[in-house]
Amino acid sequence: MELTGAQALIKSLEKQQVEVMFGLPGGAILPVYDPILDSSIRHILVRHEQGAGHMAEGYAQVTGRPGVAMVTSGPGATNIVTPLADAYMDSIPLVVVTGQVATTAIGTDAFQESDITGITMGITKHNWLITDVNDIPRVVAEAFHVATTGRPGPVLIDVPKDIANSTMEWYWPEPSELDLPGYHPLTEGDPALIRSAVELLLAAERPVIYAGGGILKARAADSLRELAERTGIPVVTTLMARGSFPDSHPLCLGMPGMHGNYTAVTAMQRSDLLIALGSRFDDRVTGRVDAFAPDAKVIHVDIDPAEHNKVRRADVAVAGDCRLVIDEMLSALDALGLPHSDATRGGSGGAPSDAVEGAPARSGSLAAACPRERLVPWRAQLGEWQQRFPLVYDQQPGSGALKPQFVLEALRDATPDDTIVASGVGQHQMFASQWWQFDHPYTWVNSGGLGTMGFAVPAAIGAKVGRPDKTVWAVDGDGCFQMTAQELVTASSERIPVKIAILNNAYLGMVRQWQEMFYEERYSEVYLSPDLPDYVGWAESMGCVGIRVDSTEEVASAIDKANNIDDRPVVIDFRTDAFEKVYPMVAAGASNDDIMVDPSLLGGDR
Amino acid sequence: MSMYGTDKRHHTLTVLVENKAGVLARVAGLFSRRGYNIFSLAVAPSDDERFSRITIVVDVESSPLDQIMKQLDKLIPVVSITELDPSVARERELLLATLEAGPETRGQLIQLVGVFEGKIIDVGRDRLTVALEGAPRKLDDFEDLIRSYGIVEMQRTGRVALPMLDRSGDHSPLRLADSTTGTNTEKAG
Repeated sequence: MELTGAQALIKSLEKQQVEVMFGLPGGAILPVYDPILDSSIRHILVRHEQGAGHMAEGYAQVTGRPGVAMVTSGPGATNIVTPLADAYMDSIPLVVVTGQVATTAIGTDAFQESDITGITMGITKHNWLITDVNDIPRVVAEAFHVATTGRPGPVLIDVPKDIANSTMEWYWPEPSELDLPGYHPLTEGDPALIRSAVELLLAAERPVIYAGGGILKARAADSLRELAERTGIPVVTTLMARGSFPDSHPLCLGMPGMHGNYTAVTAMQRSDLLIALGSRFDDRVTGRVDAFAPDAKVIHVDIDPAEHNKVRRADVAVAGDCRLVIDEMLSALDALGLPHSDATRGGSGGAPSDAVEGAPARSGSLAAACPRERLVPWRAQLGEWQQRFPLVYDQQPGSGALKPQFVLEALRDATPDDTIVASGVGQHQMFASQWWQFDHPYTWVNSGGLGTMGFAVPAAIGAKVGRPDKTVWAVDGDGCFQMTAQELVTASSERIPVKIAILNNAYLGMVRQWQEMFYEERYSEVYLSPDLPDYVGWAESMGCVGIRVDSTEEVASAIDKANNIDDRPVVIDFRTDAFEKVYPMVAAGASNDDIMVDPSLLGGDR
Repeated sequence: MSMYGTDKRHHTLTVLVENKAGVLARVAGLFSRRGYNIFSLAVAPSDDERFSRITIVVDVESSPLDQIMKQLDKLIPVVSITELDPSVARERELLLATLEAGPETRGQLIQLVGVFEGKIIDVGRDRLTVALEGAPRKLDDFEDLIRSYGIVEMQRTGRVALPMLDRSGDHSPLRLADSTTGTNTEKAG
């Protein structure tokens, strides 16, 4: 069967079971857009290529399948650089197809030419410039294989226009025909190392499981839970791992790091053993590295061996897939005769799901969760910290300024507990991570490593496309919203009913917080205005329902109204307190020992 | 004094890569974006036309060798990486130099080139161009000695290296994966 390169490309995507792709056509990619009309693949036309990339990321994060985006050459390609960088930092599988000028024009500064493979070399797992039409099926198969195996990540395929227009004899490569002699991703960990890890784990007095995004990538949430329950070891979930272990679980300590809660941060600091599972000792978690968890030995499980000893030396470094390695650890526990979790769960009784539902959230009931004798004092200590240093805020009733935390609690309580939450970057992101209760994996979609403002709206749209059965809320800041809000036009026209909660404090809030705390309240270029733009008017002009909320009394009814709209996007403009700061906080470059809790907990004024 | 990579902080990596467009840019880009220092770099096709061999001398003061190797390993076109410790490797480099060689020093220079078993490859009125091949340390020594005569221009190729042969067994090359001093990293994703 003779096909054009363009037809072969679309057919290859169909062979990879792509059901949807996000994109925006242009000159160099024109040939590839023609066969889309005859394809089973749904194409979602975005309003800016950055939106296509973030939508693909949101889709990938909630489905576990690679997100696919297609854009044209030059500015189309450079506009998707930010999502590629974002996906690279957060290990999200993306396949991005870019148009390129004809091979004969490459290097001549042709119209809309950019060296996108050169530009994205450092922010993709790999990229390809296709120079022979016959390579198309093989390269597509290789691209999906590379994006989704090992440590997942974004890849890019650059397709010159003349290649898309020339013809080839169709074939689909067997797995053995992929030409990747240097790519052999690891999966299974070394059993001897796993055994040493388990021995360390059983000897520890103050162990903490430091769960990272790799748990979700490896689909290891169930295995993690079994490991925690069998050993009685408490779990912190990083920003990328929220939902990988239920917040309502008695062993869950919540988020560590710069804005982590006191107990999660301090548990790691005082720990004698960190069991890092798919986490990478990010600077936002460790604070000052040489002061981080000074007494802890480290077990580090990661599928990417380059993460081992990159930031913190590991006593046992296991290279492998988190799920396979944890399962192997569980087998090693069997071999060592550690009883199964049913026997160790003690007081809570019944099936695991009952135990979770019956457990009060964040109530310091850790000590009752598991009777493992040796860890009782440790869990008691953690419970005491939880009692002494909870997350707090002070919402004055009536006309007092609306606190962002109050909005988030109301939203959390009024939505199904498997609601998908997407967020942008800044104060609202930290508030959302702190105050939401994540009890299910793949319900938290955010930009962790790169910290990309404007991520929430398109990521929420992509998530809703991937999981139309679920309620999807974006929690966004006013600064972030203004960066990518135009994608709500995409959502309206494609009938993707996402809901957006803007925590509108009229500031670039996180920058404002730093200027208040570290720059003597010299506010430089952070004020945005609450009314410009008119968010309700803007939302409605984009085909959404717009709602404005100024006071606590209006919060519940606005959320209720939004939850009952399912035929178009909804935007709620919550006017929140500009002076609210995110606590706890570890200042940049400071030791985690110097965590600043909310001043009210120390008897001060907020 | 060693200028050219006989320092302890310099390690030689021989990297087998796919012979495809842009691979050198990927390797060089990795070094620059991760802040690793390249001391010297030599690239040429290997005996198998599908692959090229890049010999990189890295400065491990900038970053631990282990990190450099693991990050290199993540590049998809990198097939294998071997660290060649000078004690288990044969290393060679080529030096070309044009030297001031007036009537009073020309004789001494020609003698010196002879002692080092170099070659005079061009002769001008008061300049000579010499070529010298050898182990990096020998080239360092030669460079030190010729400096006082006046170096007009000089180029060194950067070193290439192969593992030392194992004399105890069957004449097959020393298998670096099994050696205690060399480290061979299998590709990992």
